[in-house]
Amino acid sequence: MDAGSIVKVAGPLVIAEGMQNARIYDVVRVSEQRLMGEIIEMRRDEASIQVYEETGGLGIGEPVYLSGHPLSVELGPGLIESIYDGVQRPLDIIKETAGDLITRGIDIPGLSRDRKWSFNPSVRVGDSVAEGDVLGTVEESVLVEHKIMVPPGVKGVVKSIERLECTVEKTVAVIETENGKDVEITMIAKWPVRKPRPYKEKLTPDEPLSTGQRVIDALFPISKGGTACIPGPFGSGKTVVQHQLAKYADAQIIVYVGCGERGNEMTDVLMEFPELIDPHSGEPLMKRTILIANTSNMPVAAREASVYTGITIAEYYRDMGFSVALMADSTSRWAEAMREMSGRLEEMPGDEGYPAYMGTRIAEFYERAGKVICLGNDDRIGTLSAVGAVSPPGGDLADPVVQSTLRVVKVFWGLEDKLAYRRHFPAISWLNSYSLYIPNLKEYFVKNYGQEWIDNLNRAMVILQEEAELEEIVRLVGLDALSPDNRLIMETAKSIREDFLHQNAFDEVDTYSSFEKMVKLMELIMHFHNQAEDALKNEVPMLDITVLQVREKIARAKYIHEDKKEEFENIKLEITKGFQELKEKLVDV
Amino acid sequence: MIKEYNTIREVAGPLMLVEQVEGAKYEELVEIELPDGELRNGRVLEVNRDKALIQLFEGVTGVNIFNTKVRFKGKGMELDVSQDILGRVFDGQGRPIDKGPKIIPEKRLDINSSPINPYARDYPSEFIQTGFSTIDGLNTLVRGQKLPIFSGNGLPHSQMAAQIARQAKVLGTEEEFAVVFAAMGITFEEAQYFIQDFQKTGAIERTVLFVNLASDPPIERLTTPRLALTAAEYLAFEIGMHVLVILTDMTNYCEALREVSAARQEVPGRRGYPGYLYTDLSSIYERAGRIKGKKGSITQIPILTMPEDDKTHPIPDLTGYITEGQIVLSRTMHMRGIYPPVDVLQSLSRLKDKGIGEGKTREDHADVFNQLFAAYARGLEARELEVILGEAALSDMDRIFYRFAESYERRYIAQKETEDRDIAFTLDLGWELMATLPAAELKRIRPEFIEKYLSKYKEKVEAT
Repeated sequence: MDAGSIVKVAGPLVIAEGMQNARIYDVVRVSEQRLMGEIIEMRRDEASIQVYEETGGLGIGEPVYLSGHPLSVELGPGLIESIYDGVQRPLDIIKETAGDLITRGIDIPGLSRDRKWSFNPSVRVGDSVAEGDVLGTVEESVLVEHKIMVPPGVKGVVKSIERLECTVEKTVAVIETENGKDVEITMIAKWPVRKPRPYKEKLTPDEPLSTGQRVIDALFPISKGGTACIPGPFGSGKTVVQHQLAKYADAQIIVYVGCGERGNEMTDVLMEFPELIDPHSGEPLMKRTILIANTSNMPVAAREASVYTGITIAEYYRDMGFSVALMADSTSRWAEAMREMSGRLEEMPGDEGYPAYMGTRIAEFYERAGKVICLGNDDRIGTLSAVGAVSPPGGDLADPVVQSTLRVVKVFWGLEDKLAYRRHFPAISWLNSYSLYIPNLKEYFVKNYGQEWIDNLNRAMVILQEEAELEEIVRLVGLDALSPDNRLIMETAKSIREDFLHQNAFDEVDTYSSFEKMVKLMELIMHFHNQAEDALKNEVPMLDITVLQVREKIARAKYIHEDKKEEFENIKLEITKGFQELKEKLVDV
Repeated sequence: MIKEYNTIREVAGPLMLVEQVEGAKYEELVEIELPDGELRNGRVLEVNRDKALIQLFEGVTGVNIFNTKVRFKGKGMELDVSQDILGRVFDGQGRPIDKGPKIIPEKRLDINSSPINPYARDYPSEFIQTGFSTIDGLNTLVRGQKLPIFSGNGLPHSQMAAQIARQAKVLGTEEEFAVVFAAMGITFEEAQYFIQDFQKTGAIERTVLFVNLASDPPIERLTTPRLALTAAEYLAFEIGMHVLVILTDMTNYCEALREVSAARQEVPGRRGYPGYLYTDLSSIYERAGRIKGKKGSITQIPILTMPEDDKTHPIPDLTGYITEGQIVLSRTMHMRGIYPPVDVLQSLSRLKDKGIGEGKTREDHADVFNQLFAAYARGLEARELEVILGEAALSDMDRIFYRFAESYERRYIAQKETEDRDIAFTLDLGWELMATLPAAELKRIRPEFIEKYLSKYKEKVEAT
């Protein structure tokens, strides 16, 4: 095997000479311990290598072996329900072989070589096939029918194919290409992580990704194939929002990348997901989930790779025509890994020490999301939505990572620590956040939930804005100084905040809210508001309105079970009745 | 065979450059012999062809470029461990400094352990009773958590940490905590305070101390917490003890890191701290936790003093992103004579939900917590109003909450340095305070609990 030798070691960066046959971004194995690394820079025969494992104990003159291929992931059945580190080594198998700690030089393939899958052909011998066509399917989990596709760049006639019960390495089909060469197809496909997977055509995302979180779905929706970011200081609940999305988003596949975050958080996901039931399918959440965990104390270079590993796997499922959602928590740690490597390479720093190319890398990453027509003759549509948490220092949105991200993503869920201190969760600010998908999604919303829903939402937003202005006055002169109309605005805004936007992720019922329930809940609040406005016109005193018993029921309405939506109608009737009585009382007087 | 060199080329700051070195390893330990025979220790920070960059623990004072010898020891820094380390005091390089005998090692452990596989971790969920109402009731600590104290200069964080070390226990078990204490760059008096406190209460028998004082070499501050955690890992995962690790003061640690980074002329990140501060801190904090199938656990309480009480300073900021919550101390509360001066609104324990409730603390814990928190927040808003408009201008309801906040601070938050409250007492105290509020305002408590608990306190309050 071709090998160079180490001339410099500085943290995760190793420089080796005698590397004239190496290509940039190729994977190498460093020293006899065979630590995994990737070439990130070449000068003459010297290669700069970022090493994905700890480099303590490496010395000058130790060998560096070339592999001849770029950093790739293995794609095929067996990905679902896996937990990988940043370079797709399965953590469960590492535990079995190496014990509780992640020691060095472990080399375990991403897909099991022993597990057998049953391959069901969907084409016959003699059929013409081209890239992206589905050759056959494998039931990967109860939720996922995995499609074995013709690899990009291959075109020809099926020479042999059969129903098989076999491991991923066995040939399941042979395609004879136009120039007479045979291509053997196995269930395993390799793809370099830094190269986006091809598709036929990109489309405008025009369907919402329901997340079960009211503040998101109602005020700042994301579409299937869209991109969003969640910046916020620590303790504002970024991770809880990400977990909620991973649990309740109506995507068919979830890829969750824990990039440089807490170990215990990943353990939480690992222990919780197999227990939790997906409200859309009724199956355990784990049956549609792939986890990538590169916690903060795991090697920094592998953290850099982890988001690419994640998005490549996500693209692979998108290519099968699934709707995929990827969560990356947190992209700041990824950017910091970039900064650390850049510093070791002694590159000229840009903003805050981050490399000048950081913005480009972030843009490239989010651009891999989208709604596409996949390769293949059936023109199936796949979507890949990407949601990245950002952890700016001190919660300062001027941070270069936040700014670079905001330039590319279409949805901004700004978390505020002020809200978190008041224990208003999710602490997504309704005044600063935005979604640029609203115009695209409007048609869908009107069709499914009626114009009234859109009107209610707009109205709610206006009320929340007005509240912010009125608060200034209240702070100076007290609530009693407001006119009854303005007091009503304050009351309704409070109701929107506490009864609608506030959502308890740890409550069994409230943790997930379907679109239908959300529409009904908003209807209640606005119905009360409209009735109250009308009552005020008829000179009903504001005090009588604030003490109406039915308000208690509105406040508890979010805890109404999904199966019992008819209760909303009862509350609505009760509201109408309550106001009717108030008016009658007035007439009597 | 150990190789010896006398080819030092450069000495600057805490760093030394040696040339014509063969086969030096990254992070290898080195020994330096000065012309007068004095021995010092160092560590390889970078190897580049035949050059090795070495960081000296004891500083470079007195190093002569031409007559000093350098020996590469062929291994990284290790700590000798055995059960006899309990009750002993070590310096920042792991050498005993309490005049006791040398440790006969049962094992030699690398001080930079490998990361715990997230798949092997067990989720922390066992409630630790610290005896502080503000922690047990509101920011519950669980075994395997890392919960820092964000303090400021002159605030009583040491007293708090010592009190936690004294009182911490898990309900229903007789298991005792071992305490591993790492002092980084603190003053002699501060260190003495802890040592004497441990001696007085007998806790010293189950304590291991690693002490690097303000007058000790700053570079040793980088190894002190790692030595401490290596000892903790040995006690927790090999002996099976529950270990509480106190690290004080992380600010000094970060400053030592900055010093080395500056000497290496690295591109600085925020406020001159290196860009890898986050990664470096995580390699300390993430060593807390529990492992499936292992009996012991490591719970960390790092203490840091926030420069200018600024929570957005890189040290508290990056710490907060790694740890599972924080206990924030407030200067205003301290000035008002409240001990512990915990800023309840800013403090948080991320793991509390899994550690409280029926079978762990009590069924009503979560509801009581939410209600107390909401009521106190409302009381503080009323207080703000009172400052501007005077108490007479408050509405009746505001006045009730205003008074609630006052008594909440005086009775619930404040407690004596010797007061060890059990969780039932803390929860009951919460009910007693809430009984002064109108029952209709207790919206965050489930009706069945109000019925069960509130009535008896209601009578008590009305009686007085």
